[in-house]
Amino acid sequence: MPGNRRIKQQKRRIRRRPGAVAATTLGLASLLLSGCGPADSGVPTLTWYINPDAGGQADIAQRCTEEAGGEYRIETALLPNDAAAQREQLARRLAANDDSLDIMSIDPPFVPELATFLAPVPEDVAQSTTENTLDGALQGAMYEDELVTVPFWANTQILWYRESVAEEAGLDMSQPVTWDQLMEVAAAQDVELGVQGSQAESMTVWINSLIESAGGTILETPEAPADEIELGLASEAGREAARIVGTIGDQGLGGPGLATSTENTSLIEFQGETGSFMVNYPFVWPATQGAVEGGSLDQAVLDDIGWALYPRVFEDQETAPPLGGINLGVGSGSENPELAYQAIECIVQPENQTEYFLTNGNPPSNSEAYEDPRIEEQFPMAETIRESLELAAPRPQTPFYNEISSGLQQTWTPPDEVEPETTPEQSAEFITAVLRGERLL
Amino acid sequence: MKTNGRNDDYSDRAKSERRLGWMLAGPAFIIMLAVTLYPILQAFFDSLFAFRLTAPDERQFILFQNYVTILSDPVWWRDLLVTLLITVVTVAVELVLGFALALVMHRALKAVRGWLRTAILVPYGIITVVSAYAWFYAFDISSGYVNSWFNWVPGIDQDLNWFAQASTALPVIMASEIWKTTPFISLLLLAGLAQVPDELTEAAKVDGATWWEQMRKVIIPNMKAAIMVAVLFRALDAFRIFDNVFIMTNGQYGTEVLSLLAYRTSISRLEIGLGSAVSVLLFACVLLISFVAIKVFKVDLAGSTGGKR
Repeated sequence: MPGNRRIKQQKRRIRRRPGAVAATTLGLASLLLSGCGPADSGVPTLTWYINPDAGGQADIAQRCTEEAGGEYRIETALLPNDAAAQREQLARRLAANDDSLDIMSIDPPFVPELATFLAPVPEDVAQSTTENTLDGALQGAMYEDELVTVPFWANTQILWYRESVAEEAGLDMSQPVTWDQLMEVAAAQDVELGVQGSQAESMTVWINSLIESAGGTILETPEAPADEIELGLASEAGREAARIVGTIGDQGLGGPGLATSTENTSLIEFQGETGSFMVNYPFVWPATQGAVEGGSLDQAVLDDIGWALYPRVFEDQETAPPLGGINLGVGSGSENPELAYQAIECIVQPENQTEYFLTNGNPPSNSEAYEDPRIEEQFPMAETIRESLELAAPRPQTPFYNEISSGLQQTWTPPDEVEPETTPEQSAEFITAVLRGERLL
Repeated sequence: MKTNGRNDDYSDRAKSERRLGWMLAGPAFIIMLAVTLYPILQAFFDSLFAFRLTAPDERQFILFQNYVTILSDPVWWRDLLVTLLITVVTVAVELVLGFALALVMHRALKAVRGWLRTAILVPYGIITVVSAYAWFYAFDISSGYVNSWFNWVPGIDQDLNWFAQASTALPVIMASEIWKTTPFISLLLLAGLAQVPDELTEAAKVDGATWWEQMRKVIIPNMKAAIMVAVLFRALDAFRIFDNVFIMTNGQYGTEVLSLLAYRTSISRLEIGLGSAVSVLLFACVLLISFVAIKVFKVDLAGSTGGKR
């Protein structure tokens, strides 16, 4: 009978238990006696806090561990998904002097805020890791004219477009295009511009590039203390940026989903029937290829996609595309800062950056890493990305970046309510009050 | 055994029972104090400083300046209003719906009663974050199906971006909250219904009372304690709403609630002083709600569990 069998099994399990307990105790005792866990074999372990990717950073960690020949071992620990949450965790751990922060993957805009908690970059490491670094990426790794992190990979937005739409509009895409041209096409052909109007970091990215492209800057005094910071929003460049955001919102050129649109949602819109032009990161390419391979998208859509540099604000003024990516920093609480920097030198080698681009789609910060012929084959837009990285302008570099960014997001959204005459000024007033501690955010 | 006399009135046995009770419950009580009182005091202490986590050297004692900043800021009052709106609407709707469900469960045939209770409880069993995502993806303009399924309803069309303004985002947030927690309130009310003695309703029936009269004069007054406890529990819960808003709108476009403000100030901005002050004020609001409920509406927390009748 089943009932009987169960009782027997239980009895057997009970009988077996003392043996199991003894074995566990013995095992534990031997561990305690040897004074160490199974992981410790005398080799120092470096923990690398990585942002989520397709496994590329873990591969590099493995490779560098092997190359180190027993000098150190790199273990990876995963940070949260979005950049803001990554910053939160790193800041909390750094402030608590967590000694496990040997190596960290840090988003460039958060570098100044975390800089006080980072171990200084040794002169020789700074020299060897930045020899061929693209200018935009290098700027994002510095704070107060000093290299405080090591550039690992760099991200930038380029202009993606549907060749059919550009052709119908008669636009010569080999020449620089302006936002006004794009808006005209979208209005005339009843298609949607792929921009990100959600109250999120993507909005700051957009505003910053518009203002920088128009020759202005969001933050006039990067090194001033919080209550003395001066913003360049209420300027000609700020008003021009507000005019572009406001017009796209007001005329519905970004589609009905503009006010909540992020990088992923605008990609989906771009792949759809009303797709026309989109400013977005290079992940767009592998994602679209993946969708075609997965059968959710026609090959025709992929064939119709072209790319160019980020649009200009003024016809006669160079564009300033968004800059992102990841830099590597070493926590000042780390027990092995020299080894950590040695490991970083290994991680950021051009070969590793090339491999990382090929496998994970994240562009190198080192110009040398673009020379591999496989890159051109897999990412035909690699040259555009490289050029874009040279022109890219970082977001405001200040320890108060988070306040400025959140303040911009709150005052420049929804896009249809942005007015060139009032928004930049109100935005500047609001952010200044927040920085002085007079307002909540 | 007397329940509310002075200590002298107790017999020796009652006294030793009380002692035993304290000995048994004491350690748990001390641990509770350690894990609740200590953080509250720490938060209050921190709220007196201008203190940013990433600039520990610049910590500065400013007494109640943080509270002045918060209470004179329109953001605080807007968030308070949004929180109160969500609390009042969800609790009111849940009470009506929950009572109806409780009646159905109470009266249902024995054969289906078990199934019915399980079915009604399913939403409550789903983790809030998961249900928030489900509602978000249903209403989201690029991935949602609501716009195409319900475009025959006036006001809903393909281009309606639910989460782009408070007037449409808040109803979705409230609906998800109601969907999720009505089972909880109905369960509490079912317990209350079960406590109403059958003799009373039968006597009312014999006297010729209609269904509505039985409800109003016999059943509802007899389960007042259960109703008030349900309202208090849900009101406190709804006032602390976080997950739904965080997932669906992250507080954008005027949908921010107080707990999200506290989170953003302390966790995102790392403004420990200001964030602690927001948390302390939020705590004070919760205390106030409990106080008003217990004193003014005379919620009898012991009554609902049958301790004092």
